[in-house]
Amino acid sequence: MQANTKNVVLEVQNITKQFPGVLANDNVSMKLHEGEILALLGENGAGKSTLMNIIYGLYHADSGSVMLNGREVHFASPREAIHSGIGMVHQHFQLIPVMTVAENIVLGEEVTNGIFLDMAEAARRVRELSEQHNLAVDPDALIEDLPVGIQQRVEIIKALYRDAQILILDEPTAVLTPQEVQELFKIMRNLAARGVSIIFITHKLKEVLAVAHRIVVMRGGRVVGTTTPQESTEASLAAMMVGREVLLRVEKSPAHPEDIILEVDGLSAEDDRGHMVVRNVSLQVRAGEVLGVAGVQGNGQTELVEVLTGLRRASSGSFQIRGRLLTNASPRAITSAGSGHIPEDRQRYGMVKSYTVAENLVLNTYYTKPFASDPNWRMLPFFGAAYTAVALISFGVMALIWNTLWDNALWPLVLGLFGITDPAEAGREAMSTPNLIGLIVLIVLTLLLGSVAHQIAVRVMRWLRPHVEPRLRHMLGGSDGLVFNYDAVDRYAERLVKEYDIRTPSVQTPGGSLSGGNQQKMVVAREFGRSPKLLIAAQPTRGIDVGSIEFIHQRIVAQRDAGAAVLLVSAELDEITALSDRIAVIYKGEIVATVPADTVTREQLGLLMAGASAEDVLRAPAEAIA
Amino acid sequence: MLSNMTTTASNNRTILTTAIGAVLAVAAAFAAASFAGPATVVAVINASIRGTVPIALGAMSGIFSERSAIVNIGIEGMMLIAAYVGFMLNVFLSGPNIPAFLQYEPVRLMVALAGGVFVGGLMGLLHALLSVRFKVDQIISGTVINTLALGLTGYLYLAGATTSGRLPPLIANPFDESAGVAYWIGEIIFNKGIITYLTVILIIAITIALFRTAWGLRTRAIGEHPRAADTLGVNVYRLQYFNLFISGCMAGLGGVFLTLEAVGSFERGMTSGRGFIALAVMIFGKWHPLGAAAGALLFGFATALQGQLQFFGINIPHQFIGMLPYLLTVIVLAGFVGRARPPAHDGVPYEVE
Repeated sequence: MQANTKNVVLEVQNITKQFPGVLANDNVSMKLHEGEILALLGENGAGKSTLMNIIYGLYHADSGSVMLNGREVHFASPREAIHSGIGMVHQHFQLIPVMTVAENIVLGEEVTNGIFLDMAEAARRVRELSEQHNLAVDPDALIEDLPVGIQQRVEIIKALYRDAQILILDEPTAVLTPQEVQELFKIMRNLAARGVSIIFITHKLKEVLAVAHRIVVMRGGRVVGTTTPQESTEASLAAMMVGREVLLRVEKSPAHPEDIILEVDGLSAEDDRGHMVVRNVSLQVRAGEVLGVAGVQGNGQTELVEVLTGLRRASSGSFQIRGRLLTNASPRAITSAGSGHIPEDRQRYGMVKSYTVAENLVLNTYYTKPFASDPNWRMLPFFGAAYTAVALISFGVMALIWNTLWDNALWPLVLGLFGITDPAEAGREAMSTPNLIGLIVLIVLTLLLGSVAHQIAVRVMRWLRPHVEPRLRHMLGGSDGLVFNYDAVDRYAERLVKEYDIRTPSVQTPGGSLSGGNQQKMVVAREFGRSPKLLIAAQPTRGIDVGSIEFIHQRIVAQRDAGAAVLLVSAELDEITALSDRIAVIYKGEIVATVPADTVTREQLGLLMAGASAEDVLRAPAEAIA
Repeated sequence: MLSNMTTTASNNRTILTTAIGAVLAVAAAFAAASFAGPATVVAVINASIRGTVPIALGAMSGIFSERSAIVNIGIEGMMLIAAYVGFMLNVFLSGPNIPAFLQYEPVRLMVALAGGVFVGGLMGLLHALLSVRFKVDQIISGTVINTLALGLTGYLYLAGATTSGRLPPLIANPFDESAGVAYWIGEIIFNKGIITYLTVILIIAITIALFRTAWGLRTRAIGEHPRAADTLGVNVYRLQYFNLFISGCMAGLGGVFLTLEAVGSFERGMTSGRGFIALAVMIFGKWHPLGAAAGALLFGFATALQGQLQFFGINIPHQFIGMLPYLLTVIVLAGFVGRARPPAHDGVPYEVE
């Protein structure tokens, strides 16, 4: 509360912003005090980003005003906002990977002597800023070599270099590891103590309670409440944010593990640069249990999941799904073995943004019935050729038999009827009637034998088809048909949209235009809709809202209870502990410990994730009890 | 200063390769001189330089453009139009009813040169207008320029128009044949037109500008991540227009070199693919001016060697010998350069939010 006695540096009054079909901001008012950390809490689509973009000059409000230090301002572009001391750290960093930290920071406001850049002076200023604010960075390092946590510091220094007095942090923790989040909070407190005012946009409740001085909650474009961490709890904030009571703990009964579904044996893999990042990993996941893989981001989880889904080659070791050896098999082979995959980067690997929701929902089943429907034109040439061959051969054999019969028995018989013994001597007149009979017999017999040959060929085909077709289909890429049945796709999509509560105007809407949470629900619906026997979920709730997280967690547990084996990879310790039955901790590519979830504490997990030895960590509580 | 002009390891490697190449070239020149006589070697080297200049300038054009995130396959057309304009200005200014001071050869040639370069720049602006303002696909926009240039110059070309004079050697060789090696080296260093010297200066100046000035930093930034530059107040579109104008000027200078310094006359389609080779050379040099210059030199040398081989009357159909420089380009691009990393946003139109 002490911050409220300070000056108001930024005030928005009655901001309204209408987008086609959406009232993004509805009469929004709020204040920001000097040196205050103000958390702006709300689900995706609550209007937080719109409000910030209005303050930052990217959008213009339909009505209402923005007051900076008591004066009304109208920014035409972010440039003007920057010049007025507002800095924004975007969720997606605006950094140039191939340039150095110092180059990125001074870009646009370069330090020069004469016409030449003075990078030494620039580096000195960056170093000065980083020391002053405890933001350790190396000005000469290339951005692409830095972990995201450090990249974020560069973004913050970029704003400070431009004398930002107000710092807007848009979902700053979405990409950070728990340790990096703690570092960021330290930085934020430090900046606030020096008089920088911070707007912290988030939907993570723990973080809000940990770092904010004041909390503004938005829902549906409106401010629904202003509170402080002292006056609120996670549950009360979640209820404000979602508009109803939210289950923060996942309700789940004890697991009933059955057969081993996924068996990983001594698996190793390299990353794109050729470093060994998965080392000799062995684990088992049984039907009806969730195995959580806990670890700080970048310890080989990504690569492990890529190997298990066929997206990366294993350098040694093997894995089996339901007893089938699938090491280095194609993603489709792994998918059709009953494995479902929620990728960690949903926009790059989980969906095609420009495809419709319906198309996205059949992205890995489109080639099966009923989406790919008969008539199966692709198989026609094969069956056509087989039919022709069988029909011709049977016709030929029958014709040969008939020919022998005709020449040796029937033709002499016909001639005998007319009293002819030698056709060559009989003359044209006498031969005309026997010839006519012969011709009629030939025509009738061709038709007769032809239809018999057809019948034989059809029967052979009918007998052959079940034996040949699966193999043929495999050869042709496993498709069940060439024609895409949009009706079936749409019906299926509409069912999933309803069942998984995907908020979309229609199934024909491009997947990329949904909110993050709904995109993720779409991916989850696609994977769960196939009732997988094995579910590999990597960061299944990263960067999405509380309501969607709750929903996806419940669904994962439901899949488990329905008998699926679940391999959950997450950097969020809360998620791991909430969902897992057993927890495997990965550190530098190795599984350092696998423990039942209910015997291990958060602290122990944290230590294991930081590389402490399993023996020391897991023995500790026993000693404490003793 | 040039050795630390770079920011990444790959660029350092380019320079190392260039240095090794230079050493090898000098060694080869000595070996060849003892074998074929100095006159032949100097002739080949001079022919190499003549072949190098337009390619190097074309590559500079490409660097200006692609470092600003705009793919420029219109270099060929820009060169061609500038070559034509430079040539026709020279013809026109020596015609009747022209004030005497403009007819004065040095003035006339300089005006023709400037005119050609300026028109090249205008073509660059046209490319920028199409691809920045109207977001036309940059490949199509470049093709439009190439087709336009070929058609326009072919239509306007006056058969039989002859020029009086071309750019003279700027500095004559101060040594005579009695000076021995000094004379031969003088033959290489001196007796060149102004554009040749200008090219050397420009390559160095562009390298410095790209890596040591605020303009260079901003240009590299918009080539990699225009949104980042935009959020920091860099006017992306304005910079793209400016750089595309300069890009056109560079191509224009390369074109003008052909008509005013190297040949002294204009023919239909006389650039004969140099603009495209320049693009290949730019990629060979990994979008770095020095690397591109080295690539241009390699191509220029292959062209000269090809001419010399034909001159020697080696019993291979001349069409095959004529392929040499192009084959070399393909081999070098495929085999030695490996995967070059272009500016990340190259060819992607930028939309301000």
